[in-house]
Amino acid sequence: MIVSAAEDLSVFGTDPWWLVCVKAVFVFAFLMVFVLVSIVMERKVVAWMQRRVGPNRHGPWGLLQSLADGVKLMLKEDLIVKGSDKVVFLLAPVVAAIPAFMAFAVIPFGPADHQISIFGERTTMQLTDLPVGILYILATASVGIYGIVLAGWSSNSPYPLLGGLRSTAQMISYEIAMGLSFAAVFIYSGSMSTSEIVNSQDERWFAVLLPVSFIVYIIAMVGETNRAPFDLPEAEGELVGGFNTEYSSIKFAMFMLAEYVNMVTVSAVATTLFLGGWRAPWPISGVWEGANHGWWPMLWFTLKLQLLIFLFIWLRGTLPRMRYDQFMKLGWKVLIPVSMVWLLLVATVRALRNDGYDFQEITLYVAGGVFAVLLVSLLVDYLREKGDKEEEAARSLAPQEQFDPMAGGFPVPPLPGQTLPPVPRRKPRSERQLVPAAAESLNDTVSVDNTAVKETDGA
Amino acid sequence: MTETTVGIGGAAGSFGAGTGQGTDMVLNIGPQHPSTHGVLRLRLVLDGERIAAAEPIVGYMHRGAEKLFEARDYRQIIMLANRHDWLSAFSNELGVVLAVERMLGMEVPARAVWLRTLLAELNRVLNHLMFLGSYPLELGGITPIFYAFTEREELQRVMEEVSGGRMHYMFNRVGGLKDELPAGWTGRARTTVARVRSQMGRLDDLVLGNEIFRGRTRGVGRLDAGTVHAYGVSGPVARASGVDFDLRRDEPYLAYGELADVLRVVTRTEGDCLARFECLLDQVHNSLDLADACLERLAELPPGPVNQRLPKVLKAPEGHTYAWTENPLGLNGYYLVSRGEKTPWRLKLRSASYNNVQALVELLPGTLVSDMVAILGSLFFVVGDVDK
Repeated sequence: MIVSAAEDLSVFGTDPWWLVCVKAVFVFAFLMVFVLVSIVMERKVVAWMQRRVGPNRHGPWGLLQSLADGVKLMLKEDLIVKGSDKVVFLLAPVVAAIPAFMAFAVIPFGPADHQISIFGERTTMQLTDLPVGILYILATASVGIYGIVLAGWSSNSPYPLLGGLRSTAQMISYEIAMGLSFAAVFIYSGSMSTSEIVNSQDERWFAVLLPVSFIVYIIAMVGETNRAPFDLPEAEGELVGGFNTEYSSIKFAMFMLAEYVNMVTVSAVATTLFLGGWRAPWPISGVWEGANHGWWPMLWFTLKLQLLIFLFIWLRGTLPRMRYDQFMKLGWKVLIPVSMVWLLLVATVRALRNDGYDFQEITLYVAGGVFAVLLVSLLVDYLREKGDKEEEAARSLAPQEQFDPMAGGFPVPPLPGQTLPPVPRRKPRSERQLVPAAAESLNDTVSVDNTAVKETDGA
Repeated sequence: MTETTVGIGGAAGSFGAGTGQGTDMVLNIGPQHPSTHGVLRLRLVLDGERIAAAEPIVGYMHRGAEKLFEARDYRQIIMLANRHDWLSAFSNELGVVLAVERMLGMEVPARAVWLRTLLAELNRVLNHLMFLGSYPLELGGITPIFYAFTEREELQRVMEEVSGGRMHYMFNRVGGLKDELPAGWTGRARTTVARVRSQMGRLDDLVLGNEIFRGRTRGVGRLDAGTVHAYGVSGPVARASGVDFDLRRDEPYLAYGELADVLRVVTRTEGDCLARFECLLDQVHNSLDLADACLERLAELPPGPVNQRLPKVLKAPEGHTYAWTENPLGLNGYYLVSRGEKTPWRLKLRSASYNNVQALVELLPGTLVSDMVAILGSLFFVVGDVDK
């Protein structure tokens, strides 16, 4: 592989205006249909995982369920919260939904030469490409989060506020990990343009070449789209609905749409960057020469996309939600450092290769490096655990002052930090001793005999 | 410190003093909130996402059960009493009939005693399965509840066949049970118990072994034994804190005395959410063993009645007694005071959830909102049992 210093993007930007429109509409329609199918698929797959039937009323095999849901949502009463900041409140769902679509403009559905013909016009299967295509995707994805943050803030209600705040923090921490995982890809492909990145994966997918980046990206993309197990901004068990609590009708539908379109978008980015984009998977590409030509690439692309969506659904069906602080810890203390170190390694390997060292030597260095990092992490974990234990032991040895629950004349529960004296408990029957007959009346245990206890109370 | 109150109605009242700096937010969790299983309301003072103070506000579902008991005769009371904790209806009935039988000095036929034990244990499994499913749901895992409910469904079918009810069985009567068993029921019960036992592993795999689940529950909401005693917490929640107390062993009623070798009181010492969940899970296994033992014993028993003929007018003699049972959720006690009338003069109900929920005041401060959900769910309460 040779790093191409300046990529050739002259293929793009030559389409006539009507073809650009057709392509734009196609991208929009593709996303919409994909989302509708994904929602049905999600409900079906989750239903199977939970041994249910899932939706089966609308259309054959329940396929029109999401369409029916969409129509129903539009017909619902549209509420605007009285105390809300109305402009922002109305703007938020739009801000959330539109950038989700925009990122798709630079996703290649097929190779970057004139492979297909539409109405006699030969063109590429990509709306456009930019020399900084991936940065454009990162930018639009970040704007989308504003929708959630603003929705949370403008609703003027505690649950959405908490949801919006969580979303902000989540966004900030996971964008970094995501960006770092991209950087490794840039180093290897030598380009930020999506079509170039796919081109440079003709031998090996980056998922194989850069497994750590791939895993980091997969985690970050789930966090980025607010999906389980990272669906903290809309955690229904905690925040009712999170940022969308106060939304109804079409505005709520917009948020749902944005969430699913985002899912598709990040999956498309994962496909493009790590899974060879539109390239046919290995056994097929080896056997069939024409698999990467004509309209076929779109099929492979769609299949890969669908696979990633299935991953999202699988996660949702299996995992409980992470806690907010644990999630932040995962982002800042695990993903970002790991990505950094990995990026360092990748850069080093790249530089070595450019200087002409052979592959095996490099592999050895890399394996050694990874091993060393793991060893250090193990050591750190071990030491920390030890420290924790010592701390705990010291804490348990600390003297505690006596607490008398009856000091005020009547029994009170202990305040935080105070402890009750041990409460005498009845012994198990097997250990209990028989009380002599004379002391029977003093015995205060509840006697379980079958004779009723008679009491005269003057009546 | 400025305290901004964000919330509606009741939350607007000034409440406690937040420990945090700056602006505190008062957040109402409930009475309508997905994680409160009904209408428990919690008033939280938040500092960011950290809870500075918490107060459970109970009573939204108060139905005046104790007062209603006083206007019902002993047959009718059973129907009322099985409703406060709708997940352990059979065990609730049990306390009432035990109390009345004790007042009357009535001997219950041996078959009825064993059957009651069996059904009480099946009821315990039903109750625990509900929480084993709903707890992961509150933590965001949507699948386990469906597995739990599949097993619940099978057990419920058995219970329905014998009693006609799926939730409120109304199968206890003073002096025994309502009816003889349907033909072949014991065999079907046995296969159901075996099937439920064989499927319990799924919950272990899906929930207990999950790293995220463990991360969310281990060390969270640690309840120490002292607090357990101070607040009268009981049942699996108390046993998870190392309080080794189970009426089935320590003061055996029904046939538990003879089941001592099968009965295993599950305890943990950690007192955190995970320990409470593990307690519940282990109790299900033990309850299934107990149910099997009861079924075996029932097969050996000679045929005989399952109830006694009662007089037309059932009056408990003058006096008082306290009958407590180890309900699925904890100690459930009835203090029955009779003046020899058809109705009790007073029937005090001590329900498990009421005491268990009070411990929230101790557990919640200092935790995060997400932990609140984990802790709340792990206290395994039924709002009807809290509000009576």
